[in-house]
Amino acid sequence: MDLLVPEIGLLVWNTISFLLLIFLLAKFAWKPIMKGIHDREKSIDDALNKAELARQEMSRLSSQNEELMKQAREERDQILKEAKALKDNIVNEAKNQAQAEGAKLIEKARIEIENQKKAALAELKGQVSALSLDIAERVLRTQLDDKAKQQELVNNLLKDVELN
Amino acid sequence: MDYNRVFVSKVRRLIVVFTLFSAFLGFGATAFAQTDSVAHHVQEATASAAHGEEHKQEEKAFDITSFIFHHISDSHFFTVWGHGEHGLHLHLPIILWTNNGLVTFSSSAFNFDDAGKVVVEKNGQRFAIAHNKIYYANATADAHGSYVSHIANEKGEEIVTNARPLDFSITKNVFSMLLSAVVLLVVFTSVASAYRKRAGQAPKGMQSFLEPIIMFVRDDIARPNLGHKYAAFMPYLLSVFFFIWLNNMLGLVPFFPGGANVTGNIAMTAVLALCTYLITTFKGNKDYWKHIFWMPGVPVPMKIFLAPLELIGTLTKPIALAIRLFANITAGHILVMSLLCLIFIFNSIAVAPASIFFAVFIGLIEFLVAFIQAFIFTTLSALFIGMAVEEHH
Repeated sequence: MDLLVPEIGLLVWNTISFLLLIFLLAKFAWKPIMKGIHDREKSIDDALNKAELARQEMSRLSSQNEELMKQAREERDQILKEAKALKDNIVNEAKNQAQAEGAKLIEKARIEIENQKKAALAELKGQVSALSLDIAERVLRTQLDDKAKQQELVNNLLKDVELN
Repeated sequence: MDYNRVFVSKVRRLIVVFTLFSAFLGFGATAFAQTDSVAHHVQEATASAAHGEEHKQEEKAFDITSFIFHHISDSHFFTVWGHGEHGLHLHLPIILWTNNGLVTFSSSAFNFDDAGKVVVEKNGQRFAIAHNKIYYANATADAHGSYVSHIANEKGEEIVTNARPLDFSITKNVFSMLLSAVVLLVVFTSVASAYRKRAGQAPKGMQSFLEPIIMFVRDDIARPNLGHKYAAFMPYLLSVFFFIWLNNMLGLVPFFPGGANVTGNIAMTAVLALCTYLITTFKGNKDYWKHIFWMPGVPVPMKIFLAPLELIGTLTKPIALAIRLFANITAGHILVMSLLCLIFIFNSIAVAPASIFFAVFIGLIEFLVAFIQAFIFTTLSALFIGMAVEEHH
């Protein structure tokens, strides 16, 4: 079979040109092509990885923010609650103080009134006794003159001393 | 490595290859049958040579075997169109290393002769060409006017007994191969420059067409078979893949500059397979050779028994590679040619539509085969290299 016997010339040419082709292609084509593909794949991978990292960072930050917000809200509530308690406290205290003060004033006034009353009564007692003495003096004086007149005098005096 | 997967895919591949090969053999048988009938016819023709021109033309119409074999074999000129002196041909240079040193002349000197009837004298030596091979011419012509001596061998084939100079001519195959090499170089250096210029950007134009194929070779051929060592063998695998594919496709183009049967020539496939063989041999690690000469894990008598088998195995792999590619591509060419020749066999234009329909159908399959064979050759090369460089644990 002619077909199965390789021609020596063809073998030589094929070997030389194929080896040369491989050498040239490897040097000037495959090396830059494979490098280009590899570099691009790497850069795409890097970009994707970076995007993933950024996404994770974002979600981490947003969850952190949420946490902060929650904390702030709690703190605010706490502060409000405290303020309210404080206010109630102050108001109550003021009220109590006012009440105590009022009571004290009233007590003072009462004592004053009592004192005044006692003083008035003492004065009244004094006046009454003086008056009584006066009356008694006058009665005694008149008695000495006329009996009738004495009676009249007593009546008049009693009329004068209309006790309030 | 996952041997099971390799085994299964190998079996599947073997089935495909065997089918194609048996188809080729089957065809070969019919081709030989035709040779016989043609030979018979030729005898008849010579017996009634007196009838002259008319009969000769009739004989031509039936000579399908030599017609097809002329088309699938190498040639010293490249026909653009036409036939003989009336066509346009590219006359390729003939370079001979003779007994008296180097001799070169144009193939036009033979004046389209292919039966040893024209003698070219150069450097005091005389050459004649028969069946696309150049011989030292005899001093005198025989009865048929041929300057080479024919004898019939035991199979009835005519063989030429004259001595041959070493033929380093730029034949159709060499020319076509160099052309494809230039095309590959131009295309891929321009693609490479696109990678340099558009570093990190999306591929564009030719680059975007070829990149998926390059990625296919890398991700589906090199990586599964070679693992992490793939990078060192990528230049070889890519070169082989694109070289085979381009030449397969060029072989399917019926007009100049296609039509040469480069990958359907045993010389080309042998060179390709030899490259794979040399890589496996020189890149093979200690484990690879240990598995060949002293198979671990089997009894000593078995080791001794296996060593020669394994050694033969290393040789059958590249031989199978060479034969597979050659047989597939040649079979495809023969198939298309013979379907078209049906028109001349039946000697009727009415056969043409069916003939062309089947030729187109087979032609489309051949486009697929062109790719598949490039893929198979590259995959098997990667597999063999992978076996040689694989690290055992």
